[in-house]
Amino acid sequence: MATHEKSAVGMPMMHKAIFGVLLVFLMVLPFMVYPVFAMKVMCFALFAAAFNLLLGFGGLLSFGHAAYFGGASYVAAHAAKVWGLTPELAILTGTAAAAVLGFLIGSLAIKRQGIYFAMVTLAFAQMVYFFALQAEFTGGEDGIQGVPRGDLFGLVSLEDNIALYFFVLAVTFGGILALYRIVHSPFGQVLKAIRENEPRAVSLGYRVNRYKLLVFTLSAGFAGLAGATKSQVFQLASLTDVHWSMSGEVVLMTLLGGMGTVFGPLVGAAVIVSLQNYLATFGAWVTIIQGVIFVLGVLLFRKGIVGVIAGWLRHPL
Amino acid sequence: MFELLNISPQVLMGQLLLGLINGSFYAVLSLGLAVIFGLLNIINFSHGAQYMMGAFVAWMLLSYLGIGYWPALILAPLIVGAVGIVLERFALSRLYHLDHLYGLLLTFGVALIMQGLFRNYYGISGQPYNIPDALSGGRNLGFMFLPNYRAWVVVASVIVCFGTWFMIERTRLGAYLRAATENPVLVGAFGINVPRMITLTYGFGVALAGFAGVLAAPIYSVNPNMGADLIIVVFAVVVIGGMGSILGAIITGYGLGLIEGLTRVFYPEASSVVIFVIMAIVLMIKPEGLFGRAN
Amino acid sequence: MIRKLAMGATALTMLSAVPVMAQDMIDVKLGVLNDRSGVYADLSGEGSVIAARMAVEDFKAAENGLKVEIISADHQNKPDIGSNIARQWYEVDGVNAIVDVPTSSVALAVAELTANMGGVLLDSGAGSTELTRGQCQPTTIHWTYDTAALANGTGSAITKDGGEKWFFLTADYAFGHSLEENTAAVVKDSGGEVVGTVRHPFPATDFSSFLLQAQGSGADVIGLANAGGDTVNAIKQASEFGITQAGQSLAALLFFITDVHALGVETAQGLQLTSAFYWDHDDKTREWSARFEEMHGAKPTMVHAGVYSSVSHYLRAVAETGTTEGPTVAAAMKATEFDDPLFGKGYVRADGRVIHDMYLYEVKSPDQSEGEWDVYNMKATVSGDDAFLPMIDECNFTADKG
Repeated sequence: MATHEKSAVGMPMMHKAIFGVLLVFLMVLPFMVYPVFAMKVMCFALFAAAFNLLLGFGGLLSFGHAAYFGGASYVAAHAAKVWGLTPELAILTGTAAAAVLGFLIGSLAIKRQGIYFAMVTLAFAQMVYFFALQAEFTGGEDGIQGVPRGDLFGLVSLEDNIALYFFVLAVTFGGILALYRIVHSPFGQVLKAIRENEPRAVSLGYRVNRYKLLVFTLSAGFAGLAGATKSQVFQLASLTDVHWSMSGEVVLMTLLGGMGTVFGPLVGAAVIVSLQNYLATFGAWVTIIQGVIFVLGVLLFRKGIVGVIAGWLRHPL
Repeated sequence: MFELLNISPQVLMGQLLLGLINGSFYAVLSLGLAVIFGLLNIINFSHGAQYMMGAFVAWMLLSYLGIGYWPALILAPLIVGAVGIVLERFALSRLYHLDHLYGLLLTFGVALIMQGLFRNYYGISGQPYNIPDALSGGRNLGFMFLPNYRAWVVVASVIVCFGTWFMIERTRLGAYLRAATENPVLVGAFGINVPRMITLTYGFGVALAGFAGVLAAPIYSVNPNMGADLIIVVFAVVVIGGMGSILGAIITGYGLGLIEGLTRVFYPEASSVVIFVIMAIVLMIKPEGLFGRAN
Repeated sequence: MIRKLAMGATALTMLSAVPVMAQDMIDVKLGVLNDRSGVYADLSGEGSVIAARMAVEDFKAAENGLKVEIISADHQNKPDIGSNIARQWYEVDGVNAIVDVPTSSVALAVAELTANMGGVLLDSGAGSTELTRGQCQPTTIHWTYDTAALANGTGSAITKDGGEKWFFLTADYAFGHSLEENTAAVVKDSGGEVVGTVRHPFPATDFSSFLLQAQGSGADVIGLANAGGDTVNAIKQASEFGITQAGQSLAALLFFITDVHALGVETAQGLQLTSAFYWDHDDKTREWSARFEEMHGAKPTMVHAGVYSSVSHYLRAVAETGTTEGPTVAAAMKATEFDDPLFGKGYVRADGRVIHDMYLYEVKSPDQSEGEWDVYNMKATVSGDDAFLPMIDECNFTADKG
């Protein structure tokens, strides 16, 4: 009885089941596909989920999330390579940097709404890009290369792909669960209230801007966690991660999977990363196919893949 | 002061003039974007790709049909505009009842497709397109050598920009347009075919992008990526000017060209970021843009 | 040098003496990793794949006991994408050597990975001298050119011709900086001076304001330390602003035949440039280039030629050593001199730098040019030892073995 009650307020059975199946699947995945590819998918899934927290649940479209993703990857790479930090500390440093950056930019951006909010975030992201291009420690076009994978807690070597995989699995899955927890907490309920009707939330006595700033900072922090982890996997931080097209890509992933759904961003990230990976030999066709997906998605599947499935099942996913 | 900064007034004058020339492109492009946003409420992210297409159509007219620069200046925008009209009829028109976001995403997708297609068929090195004979050469202004073609760019853009402004703000047709922006239902009730007007407006905005493309063809190389990064700069110009403000887009376009020119003198590396710094500042202080109306 | 020659000779005799058994065929997998959709797609891209395939055919791989397979991918000039593909190639697809890799930032990332994974990097497209200096690896073979060779060719020739005051227009990234630095050093050594530098964003479309600054500097020569589309645009705009007519000359420090083709000789005429290869050099290059053009539809660039030669030399080394193990093959490549139809005589130095002659060319004027690809007049030959930087001790990977 107690467990039943707990699942009612905690996580619905359906979601529990999906997370369980997903975890089992991810446990065996590295033995079926190339582990580095799987890690890339997981990092982007976390990135998209973090973005979805802001867009899908906070109702705020940021067009500059690459700044936190890429910013954290630079900081983590620098921490691991130059300061010699262990992987978990490097990732934490990167994440913290992204959260601080998110707090600073967010405190300015949340004063604006809609398209203006998006433009403020884009403007600051362009400045972060410029900084990454010009600053000494980021290595300009070369990026930071040859980041050591290091030893987890100074003990376990992550040189081996499988060992690294399970570390990345723990980080990203943990991150996604934490995001889930945030969305379904009282804080998440207030966010939804603000998204649906901001004036009413204000009249109910909520300090709307505080909530917005907090969700922005959290989203930036988790995006940073994803970026920092990615830099450890690929042993590299580069301009790609801070370029504005990366901000566009995460919008694409979230939208394709289904914004405002729990599992949508994960599906969207998996689809896009797989496309880029398996179509790499087709050159410019990758761009064309991505464009077609965008167009069809907007015209035919605005709810995204998971949104459409959830509609069939009549159950939020 | 100039001596202090080790910059001669000649160089400064020259840079300002060049900034004005670049600003001419920003003005024509942001004008198109603003016209589209004003009436359709759609952020046309494929504007950069349509600009590229304008340049490519001019090049294709010349290499396949032997049609030169002057006819292309009229024909290419018409062709690009026609393609835009097809896009509006079959795709964009389905999105008007939705959030801005969807229009932006759709046109972003369209831009990816167009750039990808041109890249596939024409490669990336760029296609040469010569300056028309009538405009080759240049004149010495004392502080710099001004190529005739660049002077023509400024003249052409000023004519087009203020012609458009006049048409929208001072003619009956423009009045209908503006009215339809405010209240499409009411304007429709007066017997005006609003959907057709919207379609034609989109076509016109896109044709402006195509026109800028033809103007650019002889001085920048005609290549599939020429509009890719330009789009967010132009987008920023529109936001700074005030979304949907025609005059704002024009003046800001020229103004930011000048500011970019100045940056190139003092801190060239930053010339690609200065517009975004200005955008952030403007949005913080006056979010509706320099020329926008506060809601 | 004598030791090297002797080793080369013995290796050659060994090669011809060993009979090849059909049953112990060695599987060789080559991955051509380059830009297939971006600014360097025309100078590398699909053409490099064709060049690699031609090398395999001409080597008569099967008769020499090799079964060669070629795969290719687009790194989009991004180090993250490039290293991702390279890693996957080594770990999953069993690739033995990665070929071409233009764009220095990607090449440096792939070089390090290659060393860790026991492959060989046969680099033709990248320019950074770092590949065989600061970030050298025992398994990196840097074939075609580098920024120092370009600087030594074009920089010294122009300075000695009287172009003493230089102004640099530099692409603001690693390659541009390195090209500028190398050339500035050469200019100073040859008695010239650098009067100014301006760094432009990469990539850029409008160069007019930078050109105007260059014009105001009073320099004799404007050195373009950039590449691909940037160089083409800068030259085009320089001609528009009458810069060359006003007496200043342009030096395109990295310039490919595809760039000349894109500009047309009308605009590009008179430009001096350094190249490791030109299709119209001699009968052998003409014959090979004609075959290449038949398949590709355009004449080869020096990068394409470098891919052909590096793959040929690599296959010889694999056949000779009977293994695809990276360090062993790389060492064998360094031990044997080559005499190549495209690059002539040359050798791979202990640090992986390939030493061969470089040539100084001048772009023909429209009335000299007898066809769309007839674009260069040869002005000088720069011997390999003069063109490339001397080896630094840390990168002498064969010293301890000899």
